[in-house]
Amino acid sequence: MSTNYEDRPRGGGGGGYDSDDDQDRRPMGGRGGGRRMHRRRVCRFCIDKVDLIDFKDVRLLMNYLPERGKILPRRISGNCATHQRMLAEAIKRARNIALLPYTTD
Amino acid sequence: MNNKRQYEVVFIVDPKADDEVSKLSESFAQIVTDQGGTVTRNEVMGKRQLAYEILHHKDGTFVLLEIEGSGREIAELERRMRVNDRVLRYITVRVDEDRRRAEKLKERRARKAAKRPSHGAPGRRGPAVEFAEAAGE
Repeated sequence: MSTNYEDRPRGGGGGGYDSDDDQDRRPMGGRGGGRRMHRRRVCRFCIDKVDLIDFKDVRLLMNYLPERGKILPRRISGNCATHQRMLAEAIKRARNIALLPYTTD
Repeated sequence: MNNKRQYEVVFIVDPKADDEVSKLSESFAQIVTDQGGTVTRNEVMGKRQLAYEILHHKDGTFVLLEIEGSGREIAELERRMRVNDRVLRYITVRVDEDRRRAEKLKERRARKAAKRPSHGAPGRRGPAVEFAEAAGE
């Protein structure tokens, strides 16, 4: 899978990905300044000590699917590699059985 | 590795055949037991809107089966589901390996947590520190 997120401005790139539950990581939000702002990168799954991500848990997976339906890159979500991998796998499975969309337009 | 494998099978049934859902899942469970597997969970997850249309259906009834067995019953089950036109879509996921891994991680974490208070929490003193102190005196 090659998803090119690099062509968007790195700076406030996260602005469009604001979901309600990550305000503790990004207190300022928005795309003012244009400079990459400091953001605490924490993996929510590590904090909650999640060992398994269930593909049937749509409510959870939805948090990592922005409007377009693409998987939120970990550059923005701050997930660790292990959990991002598990998450991506779960999202792909959920897509397969129409629990989540492949695309939304 | 003669352990039994564990699978999760989720399939979507045409909502027009809603009254047949329990009958259908029963028959699938029967197929699995006939092939020598065991069904540990058989649960109708309910009707849900599909994220995209499948064969012009906008919603479907989701059913979850948890199966333990050798893998042969999965092949038969999938074949039956493919033939059955009430089943819009199915997915089979092998879960035993991931679950075992999760169990292991949990265990390790528990062990770590039990160890921590007695050992090295505030001001870590390795052997090197002690050696340096002993040399200084």
